[in-house]
Amino acid sequence: MTATHADYRLSQLDQLEAESIHIFREVAAEFEKPVLMFSGGKDSIVMMRLAEKAFYPAKIPFPVLQVDTGYDFPEVIACRDNWVNRLGARLIVASVEEAIKDGIVIDDGKTSRNRLQIGTLLNALEEGGFTAAFGGGRRDEEKARAKERVYSHRDEFGQWDPKNQRPELWSLYNGRIHEGEHMRIFPISNWTELDIWHYIGREGIEIPSIYFSHQRRVFERDGMLLTESDYNPLRAGETATERTVRFRTVGDLTLTGCVESEADTIDKIIDEIAIARVTERGATRGDDRFSEAAMEDRKKEGYF
Amino acid sequence: MSDLTTDLTKAEVAQESRNMDLLRFATAGSVDDGKSTLIGRLLLDSKSIFEDQLEAVEATSQSKGYDYTDLALLTDGLRSEREQGITIDVAYRYFATPTRKFIIADTPGHVQYTRNMVTGASTADLGLVLVDARQGLTEQSRRHAVILSLLRVPHLVLAVNKMDLVDYDQAVFEKIHAEFTQFATKLNIPDLQVIPISALKGDNVVERSAQMSWYSGPTLMHHLENVHVASDRDLVDVRFPVQYVVRPKSDEHHDYRGYGGMVAGGVLKPGDEVVVLPSGMTSKIAGIDLFDKEVTEAFPPMSVTVRLEDDLDVSRGDLIARVNNAPKPSQDIDAMICWMTNEPLRPRQKLAIKHTTRSARALVKDIQYRLDVNTLHRDQETRELGLNEIGRVQLRTTVPLLCDPYSKNRATGSFILIDEATGVTVGAGMINTGS
Repeated sequence: MTATHADYRLSQLDQLEAESIHIFREVAAEFEKPVLMFSGGKDSIVMMRLAEKAFYPAKIPFPVLQVDTGYDFPEVIACRDNWVNRLGARLIVASVEEAIKDGIVIDDGKTSRNRLQIGTLLNALEEGGFTAAFGGGRRDEEKARAKERVYSHRDEFGQWDPKNQRPELWSLYNGRIHEGEHMRIFPISNWTELDIWHYIGREGIEIPSIYFSHQRRVFERDGMLLTESDYNPLRAGETATERTVRFRTVGDLTLTGCVESEADTIDKIIDEIAIARVTERGATRGDDRFSEAAMEDRKKEGYF
Repeated sequence: MSDLTTDLTKAEVAQESRNMDLLRFATAGSVDDGKSTLIGRLLLDSKSIFEDQLEAVEATSQSKGYDYTDLALLTDGLRSEREQGITIDVAYRYFATPTRKFIIADTPGHVQYTRNMVTGASTADLGLVLVDARQGLTEQSRRHAVILSLLRVPHLVLAVNKMDLVDYDQAVFEKIHAEFTQFATKLNIPDLQVIPISALKGDNVVERSAQMSWYSGPTLMHHLENVHVASDRDLVDVRFPVQYVVRPKSDEHHDYRGYGGMVAGGVLKPGDEVVVLPSGMTSKIAGIDLFDKEVTEAFPPMSVTVRLEDDLDVSRGDLIARVNNAPKPSQDIDAMICWMTNEPLRPRQKLAIKHTTRSARALVKDIQYRLDVNTLHRDQETRELGLNEIGRVQLRTTVPLLCDPYSKNRATGSFILIDEATGVTVGAGMINTGS
């Protein structure tokens, strides 16, 4: 048995964990068909861990859905498979490539894979008849997310209406939806980037190796360091060099930049974040940079 | 402060933050009180603002032709709010100092957004009310204090802002202080702190003001870091709403049956004699699981799985309490309700109700009075409650609720009302008594 808490205080990390477990259980109890959206990133790995804890020793009572952009890092796919196998969870992969082939989304050559993910995801949710989809969004990530509810209602087009959100009080969540609608659930809304890292460190759980410092051939584009890859041909004037880098976020590899870093342990990563001068998205996500309201626009359309 | 010192402090904060505790606080104020500026100041001075965020705000301030960086731009999230220059929804902000992590529920102050303020206050340990030193107490600041008191937010801070614009005059501060203290006697405010500040200049926010040597109390940040919140929780009356029944149905855990939930009150220990409501069946706690470990105690707000010695019929919506200390199940509910939708609440109306993990239907039997949140006047002539109005209401529920007075337990004393046709949350309730 673990030690008694003499002063009946929970650390903030334990409080966050308790709140997230509460949300997972609430959704499993009240929704007919939940699904956990897994991006492969550290946030969705923390979600997997919380779901594991919420239902232990039972298996997690919902499947895991991943949108395969076709441009995913192989390290991320490997990590995903390890997690799914260990938890004995059912994995559903929705492929952007196939969605393009089936005419569900249209690849005009200009639209990023992250944007094409939206249509692919909505289609997969609809096909699966899912009524609740867990996402790893955090409110500290971006200004538009700061106002999103834990239970975020989506209409039959998968759209979010930021001006017409349901009030959310105490820890009483309202899961009522109509036919064809669904709810996005954000169990780690109140976690910050630092909390995520502390938790990963504390729990000793596996994350994709690209989060840690490694050697990689990279090139510079629009002020970001992108990975050399067949999917991402060098343009005139660009040259790739080998550098010591790590990724702060995980996404479409043609758009996700890395930072030069020697941080090869969780503790070193925490130190690095502590003195970081730029937010994780600002530094390394090409898709958020187009306009100040870029995230809000994509969210309204049904982005994670 | 040199760059190096700044970095070290931040790294120390980072490494310590796993063990620090948490304070949730709600802010209220209108456009002109300087609330967004204050929050921007707290984020900036606690080094929670990143360079790209600050640069974006500086650029916007410049393009708008401001003389100074408008820190309020840091917190105004949605595009429509940026366009209108007001905060219309609850926004959550995060920052940490070496001792605490803070979650701010940032809410709008106008009367037409009372429901947003109620929402923000519902989870807060502390409420921060801002007044403009030049104007003194206004209807708005009184209303904010009333709402925080109704929502039983245990700690209240009145920040008298814009002291720089009244020449840091002690007399101005003392007058507001006295007036507010007088007003607060009518409310339920267990802990009040009044602080003179200038959010714009930074006086008494994080750094002690050189201009107000007459003030000997804490700075706002010092108070936020040190206010004692651990004892606000009820550690006496055991309340464990059953949320989810964990039954693995696997070969390895064939007979496992546990009740998942979040402790709403009291301390649960293995061996405790407990009663399950509403059935009234008794048993003993066989064990309390937190993932793959057993714990010796569970207390609020832990999420755990409780196993009982006897194989009882326990399901979601039931409540585990102590044999000699259990709430009385009741279908007649007397509560203060904040109404949150355009179509008014009227007698005979039927609504869905969610109380802890229990869902039922409720019939509005009577609206006793509407509370004027500005004057505390009780209007007993009222026949309905409109949007943003608060009143005392009698409900009859289809099944008994296992509830406590909200003043005793915020988790087992609160509920939400849902419109059955639209599915929208239309009301928030705080129970006076079950009868």
